[in-house]
Amino acid sequence: MKMPFGVDAPLGMIEPLLIVSVLGILLLLVDLLLPHGKKHHTAWLALAGIVYAMIRTASQWGQFQVGYSGMVVLDNLSTALNLLFLASTGVVVLLSMPFLKKEDVEPSEYYALLLFATVGMMILASGLDLITLFLGIEVLSISLYILAGYRRDSDASNEAAMKYFLLGAFASSVLLYGIALVYGATGTTSLVRIAETVSGSATMPEGLMFAGVALILVGLAFKVAAAPFHMWTPDVYDGAPTPITAFLSAGPKAAAFAALIRTFFIGFGPIQAEWNTILAVIAALTMTIGNIAAIAQTRVKRMLAYSSIAHSGYVLIGIVAGGAAGGAAAVFYLFAYVAMNLGAFAVVVLLEYKGERGEELRDYAGIGFRYPVIGALLSLFMISLSGIPPTAGFVGKLYLFGAAVQSGHVLLAVIGVLNSAISIFYYLRLMVLMYMREEQETLPAIRVPWTLAICLLIAAVATLGPGLWPSAWIDAAREGMRALFS
Amino acid sequence: MSGTLTILGMPILSLLIFLPLVGTALVLMIPSSKPGAVRGTAFLVSVLTFVLSIPLITMLDGARSGMQFVERKEWVPNLGITYFLGVDGISALLIVMTTFLSAIAILSSFGSITNRVKTYYATLLALETGMIGVFAALDLVLFYVFWEAVLIPMYLIIGVWGGPRRVYAAVKFILYTVAGSLLMLVAILYLYFSFHAATGEFTFDLLRLYNTPLSHPAQLWLFSAFALAFAIKVPMFPFHTWLPDAHVEAPTAGSVILAGVLLKMGTYGFVRFAMPLFPDAAHELAPLIILLAVIGIIYGALVAMVQPDMKKLVAYSSVSHLGFVMLGLFAMNTQGLQGGVIQMVNHGLSTGALFLAVGIIYERRHTREISEFGGIAEILPWFAAFFMIICLSSLGLPGLNGFIGEFLILLGAFRVHPKVAAIAATGVILAAVYLLWMYQRVMFGPVTNEKNRGLRDLSPREFWTLAPVLLMIFWLGVYPNPFLRKLDGSVADLVARMGRTMAQVDKPGQVLPASAAGGAESTAGAAVPAAVPAAAPAEGGSR
Repeated sequence: MKMPFGVDAPLGMIEPLLIVSVLGILLLLVDLLLPHGKKHHTAWLALAGIVYAMIRTASQWGQFQVGYSGMVVLDNLSTALNLLFLASTGVVVLLSMPFLKKEDVEPSEYYALLLFATVGMMILASGLDLITLFLGIEVLSISLYILAGYRRDSDASNEAAMKYFLLGAFASSVLLYGIALVYGATGTTSLVRIAETVSGSATMPEGLMFAGVALILVGLAFKVAAAPFHMWTPDVYDGAPTPITAFLSAGPKAAAFAALIRTFFIGFGPIQAEWNTILAVIAALTMTIGNIAAIAQTRVKRMLAYSSIAHSGYVLIGIVAGGAAGGAAAVFYLFAYVAMNLGAFAVVVLLEYKGERGEELRDYAGIGFRYPVIGALLSLFMISLSGIPPTAGFVGKLYLFGAAVQSGHVLLAVIGVLNSAISIFYYLRLMVLMYMREEQETLPAIRVPWTLAICLLIAAVATLGPGLWPSAWIDAAREGMRALFS
Repeated sequence: MSGTLTILGMPILSLLIFLPLVGTALVLMIPSSKPGAVRGTAFLVSVLTFVLSIPLITMLDGARSGMQFVERKEWVPNLGITYFLGVDGISALLIVMTTFLSAIAILSSFGSITNRVKTYYATLLALETGMIGVFAALDLVLFYVFWEAVLIPMYLIIGVWGGPRRVYAAVKFILYTVAGSLLMLVAILYLYFSFHAATGEFTFDLLRLYNTPLSHPAQLWLFSAFALAFAIKVPMFPFHTWLPDAHVEAPTAGSVILAGVLLKMGTYGFVRFAMPLFPDAAHELAPLIILLAVIGIIYGALVAMVQPDMKKLVAYSSVSHLGFVMLGLFAMNTQGLQGGVIQMVNHGLSTGALFLAVGIIYERRHTREISEFGGIAEILPWFAAFFMIICLSSLGLPGLNGFIGEFLILLGAFRVHPKVAAIAATGVILAAVYLLWMYQRVMFGPVTNEKNRGLRDLSPREFWTLAPVLLMIFWLGVYPNPFLRKLDGSVADLVARMGRTMAQVDKPGQVLPASAAGGAESTAGAAVPAAVPAAAPAEGGSR
């Protein structure tokens, strides 16, 4: 199987990865050349590069290739997820432009770090080896630690970064320990060969293997913010600059799920029966803890943080359900979740004023009639997050719960729908505030920066479109899972 | 199935569903500074929708079994979801009732809704789209989409334009409904995969799913999940506690729609989904449901009797009346089902009109406390007459619409459970007690409260809001046959479907006690349906 490096390193299959990496480095250089006050323009370069990378990524649709000694794979799953990462990064760049201006923060390496984080996600989505996986997680995480603390003058931001870094580093080491144990048990880090070893040999030391699987699960559960490893989420989400919170809740989460899907479906697929129940319990706990804690929140970003924990729980249902159907449901849901969640955060960014205003839930009182379009859009995202039709959130849940029922996890589906009912309470509370309470003081007229308007438009289309015409999206999600199950 | 009727190139059901939504868009485009134009547009759209819905009844072949005006288009082919619409007599009647009450509700709001006018009418029209969709959908996912789509507009109507405790009522309304309907979603998925396991085909097509082979425990579980969703909506005792709150806080039009249409979504759900999908479970659990229905009838009536607030009284009377509907449906014979369905329409008209009447008083005095009134019949003679007729219709006076439904229901129930029917019949007497007692305290006697002296009688708009409802009340009371005949085919379908497991109860040869009305009213004879043609073959509904 092993081939000399030169033969087995097809650059074409990692073209998007290369584009984004080079783009990130280029941004650092250009930033040096630009005078102070003009550094904001790096955002345009970042955007142009992202669009180009998306075009190149889209052209890879349908291709299948394994390279780099079996460590990297190009299939429809990685292509679809790469598109998702690039799109969400693009939206976050658009969100950041007015935000950084408003907060008087120099962008300097901000956009470059966003791109490096995206590189990490792309490595995660195409990793076919535990080492690639770890590499991706580290590239992603280190960029995120810095970004979470990007507002150096803010205590909350510093606290967020520090917490995220300490806990994240701890989780990474747990993950690495798990990888080591699995390597010890199977003698390989390649997911494909782990699967062969696990299903083939009777001599595999089971205890070592299961301990390794458990530690890897803990490490990844931390990254997707699944209970009981979710504690960092509310503090980090609340403290980080809002566009970074939006970023954290979208791409990196989807990337960690991609890693979870690849590792557990391919590498640990043969021993699914062993980890499935644990994952089902984690899914149920994650949904329930996320949703119940979200009810008690008074700050918008904290509420959305717990909501994002709950949504991790829903996606986990798809992984528990397993098989092509469960995986496709999870991937579809990730797309829906990223769209509606970015939309919600775009509104939060829009309504945040310099200082503290707009961060508390009560600041949303009366905005529904004061800013009708923004109110309607935020309602759309809330309705989608709570899974009410005709939105992507509903179709996603239908698909997920369907996969659960099909695979015999009816109880998990019931826990899922009861959680949806709970979640409606706090999502609609935002609508209660917007439409059923009077504004506390006369709200100022608001000017929507056009970059934010584009974000909102993209998010709204991506929330409503797959809700009304889900066919193409479902097909894409199924295509994405095909390579894993052939 | 018959071909589809098209109007202006649009199939009629799609046209009816989306016309109000077009109205929403139109209303939103009018500047807020012109509330008159907003009201006019909304009303015109709703009247147009009503007029266009009339052919659903007139052109429907009532004797035929199966669905008519069918439309079917691919929607999500890879999951087996279709845009599948169709109506039979039951849903056609309910759709026309919906378009009728929507127009009335919009007209009734002209005076009472003065803030956020544009959003209000846009929301009301969007709500109409959802309601018509619920009654027309024959694909389970499509049905679920419309079912949920109704929630948000109603939530806004209660929560934005409601009374002092409106937020509490709105949130309670939506959480109750959603908790039930989400469990139904899991049941729908389970049914979908069961059908796939049996046939190898993925489909949410209701008519196909009717034939899903299910194990006994599965039927019981699935029926319970569906029944819970619908029982909350009906609402059946003990799931009714959201209703009084929602009604008291909702604006008048919201109450009219809530009582008139939304509650019927629950009973309709039983007729269209829960019962025919799981006939064995329905039979097995029928005693429990009948018990809850009878408790609802008596309990609702007793609680209504002691309410000091008129609107709350009417709300609890709904619990009682819907208990009758459920009793009729779960008698599972021709009379019971026909009575249950026609009583859905009757309750929509009578209770809708009661809420309109209470709203008219409320607009004048801004209170609904019965003790605040007394003797206002002499001050408001027109209103007094209208209100009297509405009360009599609601309590089931022969010659008015309420009688037909309740009579048929009791007739049907008597054939299955004579004792239960006897107990339920006391609900009719209790209805007379609470309604007439309220009427007496509010309208008769000396004028005790000076504030009531200067009240003005019905304005022309109010007159024309109530008059069409009264017309229908008389029509259904005196000559219900045209409507009942439209139900023949669909009720026979249902009886046949339910009868597959319970042939012994519904003996086709049995002579109806046609003289049971005791000759109290000559028109009552028309109410007793001619023996329905021998039940169609069990497969009748599916082709």
